[in-house]
Amino acid sequence: MPDTLDLTAVDRWVREFAAVVHDHRDELTELDSPIGDADHGANLDRGLTAALEGLAATPPADAAALLKAVAMAMISKVGGTSGPLYGTFFLRMSGAFGDGSPAAFAASFRAGVDGVVARGKTEPGDKTMVDALLPAVTALEESVQAGKPLAEALRAAADAAAEGRDATTPMLARKGRASYLGERSIGHQDPGATSAAMLVETAASALLRG
Amino acid sequence: MARTGIVVVSHSRPLAEAAVALARQMLTSSDVPIEVAAGTDDGGLGTDAVAISEAVTAADSGDGVVVLMDLGSAVLSAETSLELLADDLRERVVLSPAPLVEGLIGAAVVAAGGGSRDAVAAEALRGLAPKQAHLA
Repeated sequence: MPDTLDLTAVDRWVREFAAVVHDHRDELTELDSPIGDADHGANLDRGLTAALEGLAATPPADAAALLKAVAMAMISKVGGTSGPLYGTFFLRMSGAFGDGSPAAFAASFRAGVDGVVARGKTEPGDKTMVDALLPAVTALEESVQAGKPLAEALRAAADAAAEGRDATTPMLARKGRASYLGERSIGHQDPGATSAAMLVETAASALLRG
Repeated sequence: MARTGIVVVSHSRPLAEAAVALARQMLTSSDVPIEVAAGTDDGGLGTDAVAISEAVTAADSGDGVVVLMDLGSAVLSAETSLELLADDLRERVVLSPAPLVEGLIGAAVVAAGGGSRDAVAAEALRGLAPKQAHLA
């Protein structure tokens, strides 16, 4: 299996992410119900559905163009905070995609996560998607730098994202609608971290599936 | 005379349009370009950075634009919209932290009087002052 990610691989990743979000749409919305405005699943599903429609209407020339098209659909069609955040993630990834080598993919994933952090002015521990994404990108970079195969690096990233997602449950929310709830936000798993863990899990499951 | 444009960003199109109607009551002419970017395109609640960038472009006549917004994704979408603008226009845009309704009314009056975008933005920020003084 080649360790280079091309248009086909990234297309498979986005489709898989869209499918998993669609299948877990109600679960994401339920997580968003006690600590948010109960729209995370529906919003993400709408944005990703629009993204896939856009890709079908205007097939992208390469992986970077695909990521940019997904970004524009997310910032336009999601409606909620996850729109500009996921949109910025895909936009920054697109700008830094490079040659599709493991190192380039890790760098573009880092650019995406840095974009989310900057856009949301978020810090680790704020109970947001960043709590899943930051451990994931760190694990990805460490594995790639250690010369491990990309499949192994992506698996490490997905596992780190899942741990980061689980760690949001006892956190006190400091961003978004949940922050209005103060202490009552404790004890709920963050919906943004949950969908972000799906993003990384589908990278591990779909990017290299030939 | 400057013609500063105003963009109203809200999760809700009815809320944004009602706020603009309230502000227009204060104006004697419809010269002030006030654009709305609000709601999702299926009529739901939400914000859209692409729609905001289009509204900013429509509201600008060379003297810049002050963007007023409600909360949450409106703020992130307004910031994201800046990335979609041409460099020269981006430099003429002020994202205002003013309260939406009170800020808009002050901003519209100063814009109608030919105020610069800095003057319009400053007036928007003072939007709460009359209410605070009255209720003090």
